Amino acid sequence: MLAFLIRRISQSVMVLLVMSVLVFVGVFYIGNPIDILIAPDATPAEYARAVKELGLDKPMLDQYWIFLKDAVHGDLGNSFVYNEPALKLILQRMPATMELAVTAMLMAVFIGIPLGMLAGIKHDTMLGRSIMRFSILGFSLPTFWVGLMFIILFSVQLGWLPSGGRGTTVELLGVPVSFLTWDGIQHLILPAMNLALFKTSLAIRLSRAGVQENLQMDYVKFAKAKGLSNTRIIGLHVMKNIMIPVITVLGMEFGGLIAFAVVTETIFSWPGMGKLVIDSIGVLDRPVIVAYLLITVTMFIIINLLVDIIYSILDPRVRLGDHN
Amino acid sequence: MSNELLDIKKLETFFYTRAGIAKAVNGISLSVDKGEIVGIVGESGSGKSVTGFSIMGLVDPPGEIAGGSIKFKGEEIIGQTEEEWRSFRGAKVSMIFQDPMMTLNPVLRIDTQMIEAIRAHEKVSKKEARRRCVETLAMVGIPSPAERIKSYPHQFSGGMRQRVAIAIGLLNKPDLIIADEPTTALDVTIQGQILSEMQTLCRKTGMALIWITHDLTVIAGLAHKVAVMYAGKIIESGNVQEVLDEPLHPYTHGLIGSVPSRNKRGQPLYQIPGMTPSLINIPEGCSFRMRCPHADEICMKEPDETISDNGRMVRCHHPL
Repeated sequence: MLAFLIRRISQSVMVLLVMSVLVFVGVFYIGNPIDILIAPDATPAEYARAVKELGLDKPMLDQYWIFLKDAVHGDLGNSFVYNEPALKLILQRMPATMELAVTAMLMAVFIGIPLGMLAGIKHDTMLGRSIMRFSILGFSLPTFWVGLMFIILFSVQLGWLPSGGRGTTVELLGVPVSFLTWDGIQHLILPAMNLALFKTSLAIRLSRAGVQENLQMDYVKFAKAKGLSNTRIIGLHVMKNIMIPVITVLGMEFGGLIAFAVVTETIFSWPGMGKLVIDSIGVLDRPVIVAYLLITVTMFIIINLLVDIIYSILDPRVRLGDHN
Repeated sequence: MSNELLDIKKLETFFYTRAGIAKAVNGISLSVDKGEIVGIVGESGSGKSVTGFSIMGLVDPPGEIAGGSIKFKGEEIIGQTEEEWRSFRGAKVSMIFQDPMMTLNPVLRIDTQMIEAIRAHEKVSKKEARRRCVETLAMVGIPSPAERIKSYPHQFSGGMRQRVAIAIGLLNKPDLIIADEPTTALDVTIQGQILSEMQTLCRKTGMALIWITHDLTVIAGLAHKVAVMYAGKIIESGNVQEVLDEPLHPYTHGLIGSVPSRNKRGQPLYQIPGMTPSLINIPEGCSFRMRCPHADEICMKEPDETISDNGRMVRCHHPL
């Protein structure tokens, strides 16, 4: 286990390093942020000063070296726009995104898995087929369009739920959260549903396939031959087997959920990281873009590590570090 | 009180597939006495496993029991409610399957899978159930059962897993165990051990056993009675020694002839010509006539069961 962790962490550092090079080179060639930041009527002298101030006059390799040296000390540079540390800006927005992503994930797990299992058990009934049709819709409809439809239906037509913002937040362990106030929950429902739709469909498909596959297995027939009730066979024997792939896939998808939040946050003006990075890309705020991508990658790495550990707990046949 | 435990009469189990009706079990009659070991022999697709599943009420759709009767201790079990079936399975009749790698749930510990089998039928404490599980594991020859019971299935070898499955079958002291080729997937040495242990267990507990196999040699040393199945029908049955020494049906004769033996070393083995007929399209008359060296016109008519005084049954117009 320890050897496994050490190996994984050293691999992760390599991934982060390669990633930082790619991102740095990428944003370097996207365009010159000065052209966007500075007033169009600025004199060449002012222009040159601005370039020098931001350190953009140095060659790319030097810029990267400075960035790397600072990054090791936890400084990912200051935002060109807000003139505040990029890391701080992102960390300020992170709780909002995490709250949205976690809520969406919980919806996917607690709605998707039971529905999928139901569809697997009752696969040749009206109910089973309806669930599958719903999941096809969830898969194929574009997130942004569904989000807009939600706003038109629930906010504009019916007026049930607000169309944007976080609503009233309260502090939980020093972090502002929405889900503890009624107003906050109302603000949270639509974006979370929007974000959850795709993952719910995924959970439905995975659990249905799992149930159908497992119901064919000999161990199910043997469990029946022991005289177990269907409730126990489905609820324990089959459930524990399908949870292995479902948790693995959904766990890895959680990283995607945080990344996908960009679209949903934009539509529902949810003040999260995604919205921040979209705005930053618009004005070529390089430090924020780089910092956002690095943080996202770090989160992906941590999530995958957790998934591997959970996987080994769920499946007794897997022991970490036995292979490779 | 009669000694008869299980009495199957004209059982029909059909599979309603898109291609047609597959008559997997086509009117078989078979009885099992208390403590008796009955072998059911047949090729793949002869309906022997489906017979076992029919007794357990575990025929999966599109299959269903289409007719006949199965009486257990004099009571009809076809048409029981789902709950009656549930409390019947595992308590009165247990079943052991072919592949021990597949029958145990890979992600649950052995103790979980054993204790639940007891508690499905009896209200006993987990502690008491565990004690009985350990006892039963010791009985089937698992070394240090108290520690091993905490293992997962993958930590056991194939032979040990089959012993665990057998132990699970024994837990509720059933009157009958149906063993569906339980040694086919195992080494010959392990097979021998398990066979002799099953024999001892039956003798000790007075439990009856239906042993389903395609291997005549297994039946020879184990069973009292044998029933030979072909295309969904029992074509010959009787005392195991008599059937093996003097087969009456040409198919049984062919089966025995195709077993390698010391006397026939180096000579080509006998093969029954042709293949088992498709169960969807069983030929009219005697289903074996296409492959039978003795077939003539009269075989176009379905032969009836002929039962002799000593209980030998054969279904043939030209018994040997």
